[in-house]
Amino acid sequence: MEPINQFTGTVCPINRANIDTDQIIPKQFLKRIERQGFGQFVFYNWRFDDDGNKREDFILNDTKFADAEILVAGENFGCGSSREHAPWALLDYGFRVIIAPSYADIFYNNSVKNGILAVKLTDEEVETLLGRASVPGFKLHINLEEQSVKDDQGFTAHFDIDQYWKKMLLNGWDEISVTLTEEKKIRQYEEEVFGKQYS
Amino acid sequence: MTKKTVIEKIWENHVVSREEGKPDLLYIDLHLVHEVTSPQAFEGLRMNGRRVRRPDLTYATMDHNVPTINRHFVSDPISKTQMQTLEQNCREFGIELADIDHPDQGIVHVIGPQLGLTQPGKTIVCGDSHTSTHGAFGALAFGIGTSEVEHVLATQTIWQKQPKTLQIKVNGKLGFGVQAKDIILAVIAKFGVNAGTGYVMEFTGEAIRSLTMEQRMTICNMSIEAGARAGLVSPDMTTVEYLCGRRYAPQGEEFEEAAKRWLALATDEGAAYDKTLEIDAGEIEPQMTWGTNPSMGSGISGYVPSPDQFEREADKESVRLALEYMGLEAGTKLTEIPVDYVFIGSCTNSRLSDLRAAAEVAKGRKVQDHVTAIVVPGSQTVKQQAEAEGLDKIFTEAGFEWRESGCSMCLAMNDDVVPPGKRCASTSNRNFEGRQGSGARTHLVSPSMAAAAAVTGRFTDVRELAGVNQ
Ligand code: SF4
Repeated sequence: MEPINQFTGTVCPINRANIDTDQIIPKQFLKRIERQGFGQFVFYNWRFDDDGNKREDFILNDTKFADAEILVAGENFGCGSSREHAPWALLDYGFRVIIAPSYADIFYNNSVKNGILAVKLTDEEVETLLGRASVPGFKLHINLEEQSVKDDQGFTAHFDIDQYWKKMLLNGWDEISVTLTEEKKIRQYEEEVFGKQYS
Repeated sequence: MTKKTVIEKIWENHVVSREEGKPDLLYIDLHLVHEVTSPQAFEGLRMNGRRVRRPDLTYATMDHNVPTINRHFVSDPISKTQMQTLEQNCREFGIELADIDHPDQGIVHVIGPQLGLTQPGKTIVCGDSHTSTHGAFGALAFGIGTSEVEHVLATQTIWQKQPKTLQIKVNGKLGFGVQAKDIILAVIAKFGVNAGTGYVMEFTGEAIRSLTMEQRMTICNMSIEAGARAGLVSPDMTTVEYLCGRRYAPQGEEFEEAAKRWLALATDEGAAYDKTLEIDAGEIEPQMTWGTNPSMGSGISGYVPSPDQFEREADKESVRLALEYMGLEAGTKLTEIPVDYVFIGSCTNSRLSDLRAAAEVAKGRKVQDHVTAIVVPGSQTVKQQAEAEGLDKIFTEAGFEWRESGCSMCLAMNDDVVPPGKRCASTSNRNFEGRQGSGARTHLVSPSMAAAAAVTGRFTDVRELAGVNQ
């Protein structure tokens, strides 16, 4: 995955809580056997009506927001199905950073593993950003090393992140390679529990 | 000796590596695989020249895409590719597969327990959020994403931060006509969809102890809808009896040994939880949801609420959007809402006892003319058992369709779709927008409530239909 540290991008606000992964990528698009190409289907049922026409009132259909790279949304983002197609779709569409007060656990893990930085800010901070981001072209500067989010109008916030995830994201590490360096311990565990070697 | 919860005991038995500043590396005892979330994981293995470390601890089935009529006619070529891809992958990597023709085929969370693969004390993962179902056995079972599926295939381990523990204590006895589904819907309605975020839940209390394994599975299945990745029940004699004689469970003397170990895993008397929430079983009535997430529900005697009844701005807005999507007016009595579709099935409620409960209501009654009602058994085994008891006849005589096993209308990835604007009484676990079809309106209920809706054409308090037993 791509490492991420300092990132500046324009923001798209979606002022909803509990945005579930069925909304982020509806099930009819889960049938592909690749990881790529899901971006065109992101928020499909909100972007298009039953006949495939654009819903003009949905923010991503507004050309002024269509190129945003940072998504700001309400609490419990990514709840529901464990489908990793959700972060694949967000990333493929062009979102590299998400900001919300809280995330569903599985979605959070899935995001990190694909190099998406999911930032947790307080309710008030997210509220402020949702307000400011309603003006097209609103930009945020994210710094993962410093764990900070800033805008050009004096907004500045600190966010917490697990140090392990931080390191993975900063370095763009592939988790399996990291784990394989623990091979000795895995083998030890297997010998103890199963009395056998499997590698 | 410090007193421990079942969660802590299982965790400690599986730590491969623990280091400061890192999550723990946990060993996985059972990895269940299905066609939708696995293709990219196998592809990843191939690209990196990796193999599956423990094919013997991995088991696959097809459930999400499979047709429930015309078993061999998969109308969608992409679904077909996905199923063929799983077949190829299982062959290439040496994984046992219950494919579409296999007598063990079924929804992954139905067949794991049925075959005895699911056992107390195991760590169980699957690329599916409802893996929490297996927690009913006192196993630590949770859903993972596709990257993690690949990780487990390659290493048989997973990095996890030790979760906090949340006790959900269900006190007292269940009332007449109230089912396991009603308990979990009531818990979610009361505590919300993120009450469990960051926690593993253990369900305790008199009401839980008295439940059968299948009922416990219904409850643990929906832990994820309360935000918890895993939910479990401490093993007891009910658990042991269920597993005795199952194909993949230990046999003979080994079983006796295993049973002792399993029972010892139960939470120690007086062990501490990070948080405890309590609910009184006696106050739970049959439930139904009116909104677009599982917490938007109430007892069947209730009304559709108004957004103004909610305090927080965010909740007002969510409720407003939900009512708009659901086509409901605030103040409508829940029992006045008509239904067009009824779906009895899914990993929440497609086991034999669920079908029996629904059949009891359906028996001698007729599905209303304007209602399409389908019953989809959770597995081929459930289907056969139900047929042996004549449940299929009861359903078809009442006007229900009797189908082959699979996920079906729970997520409508196959041809079983609720049309736009139509309203469905569903025994599944998610009432999200578009879940059962674009524009479809889902109301979550128990199997007997679903059957009651089918035969009356509207949501009905099942307790009002005579002859209904617990
Ligand atoms: S029945 Fe529904 S919830 Fe269960 S595994 Fe299948 S699609 Fe997922």
